[in-house]
Amino acid sequence: MITLENVTKIYEGNNVGLENASINIDAGDFVFLVGPSGAGKSTFIKLILKEIEPDSGSIWVGDYDVTNLSNREVPQLRRKIGMVFQDFRLLPKKTVFENVAFAMEILHKSRRSIRRRVPQILRLVGIEDKRDRYPMELSAGEQQRVAIARAIINNPKVLIADEPTGNLDPVTAEDIMQLLDEINMTGTTILMVTHARDIVDKMNKRVVAIENGHIVRDEFGQYGYSDSDFMDWGIFDNE
Amino acid sequence: MSRLFYNIKQALTQIGRNKGMSLASFFAITAMMLILGLFFTISVNVNLFSEVVKQDYDTVELYLKDNVTADQTTKILTEARKLSGVTSVSYRTKEQALKIMKERWGESGYLLDSLGDNPLPNSILVKVDGVKAADRVSRYATTQSGIESTKYYKETVDKLNRITRYLQIGITVIMLFLVIVSVVVVSNTIKLTVFARAKEISIMKYIGATNWFIRGPFLVEGILIGVISSLISVAISYMIYARVVASIGTRLMTMLSSPLVSASYLTSNLTIIFLAMGVGIGACGSIISMRKFLDA
Repeated sequence: MITLENVTKIYEGNNVGLENASINIDAGDFVFLVGPSGAGKSTFIKLILKEIEPDSGSIWVGDYDVTNLSNREVPQLRRKIGMVFQDFRLLPKKTVFENVAFAMEILHKSRRSIRRRVPQILRLVGIEDKRDRYPMELSAGEQQRVAIARAIINNPKVLIADEPTGNLDPVTAEDIMQLLDEINMTGTTILMVTHARDIVDKMNKRVVAIENGHIVRDEFGQYGYSDSDFMDWGIFDNE
Repeated sequence: MSRLFYNIKQALTQIGRNKGMSLASFFAITAMMLILGLFFTISVNVNLFSEVVKQDYDTVELYLKDNVTADQTTKILTEARKLSGVTSVSYRTKEQALKIMKERWGESGYLLDSLGDNPLPNSILVKVDGVKAADRVSRYATTQSGIESTKYYKETVDKLNRITRYLQIGITVIMLFLVIVSVVVVSNTIKLTVFARAKEISIMKYIGATNWFIRGPFLVEGILIGVISSLISVAISYMIYARVVASIGTRLMTMLSSPLVSASYLTSNLTIIFLAMGVGIGACGSIISMRKFLDA
């Protein structure tokens, strides 16, 4: 589903984003992307979304040859990829219903299909009773559920979650992980960037570790970093 | 259709939130259009004047004194016909002259009814084949005591044509400059609303909205600013011009024997021009302002 072949991205000032990275993520996989800050996780995701261009190598997402995609086709690509962020990124002046419906409006879906589909998805993520609330009136966990609903409403092949539990308490985080697992079981490929060791260990999925732009580990199971590693990297100071 | 309403609603909200800059845009575009309107008005009237005059441009008119006898008139007619370069000679009574003038003035012709006594003289029209012949006719006319004055239009028409051409070039240059200024002002106004909604735009892009979908409300905002400015400009131009026509229209007509273009004709033309420009400037301004945001 997602394939990178010898992808290199060097930023200005010789900062390595990714160097000669190759990876293949099959359809239906659930993959954790771990590693210290600045290791290349964000670069990885930005490349997949074609927010930035690689210096060399090729990237495929489903049938899309991302590296050779014209700017005009980028929206098509992004509609196949659902995005969930640490800070939710909901539109504050729209209600829950409108936020989710918005993703369908962009695809010029009919009002009727929107009215039918949005409540279904809201029920699926467990916030059907909050449909007329505004994001600011919701708890963090509920907001993330809205974001997930928005990300999956158009049945994307891939769901990319960038630290989706970063702003959540452990119990809520676990609920969200369960939701993502359910979505994965319907066949959606999930790529999740995270620093949450307990979650990765508990889920027991494929773990890809990036350091200094290199994929240093790719195996099933454990998070593989200790908390003291992160102290050294200083990520808790930054984030 | 609902999409259009959504865009218009969004645009109005944005204009409302950004009153200062929106007002600046309105002023800039309106000022530019009023200047354009001024030049347009001048050029249209110069054109009309030269059209009116052109109809006689190969004719030398000899105005006769009121006390000229029939014999004298016949003598001038026969002698003028013999001059070289003269193609035809005819006599026009003051009544015919008034009737012709009325026809030429068209819808402003009623103004002549208020003249009372016909002030126009009887005249002899001498058609000539060129400036040289016209000169000969004029020289001949000075020797005749029955002729009050001579009128020959060719040079005037040439001069007017030249003035019109210069005017048009000047207007084009000034307009180009003003249009660029307006586009910059509008694009800056819209850039503010784009900045205010940068986060929203980035979310829309992540979800896979096309650039045109995102542009929609901003495009409508620009076009609305343009359209509103153009309507204001049309209204101001009409009020000023109608007043000008009312106050100096008649005087100008007796002085130059040419009417001013009617206010309604001018306004309908200005409406089309201003609206087209307003829409164009607004659309360009908003597209330029969003270019950076949508490229990435």
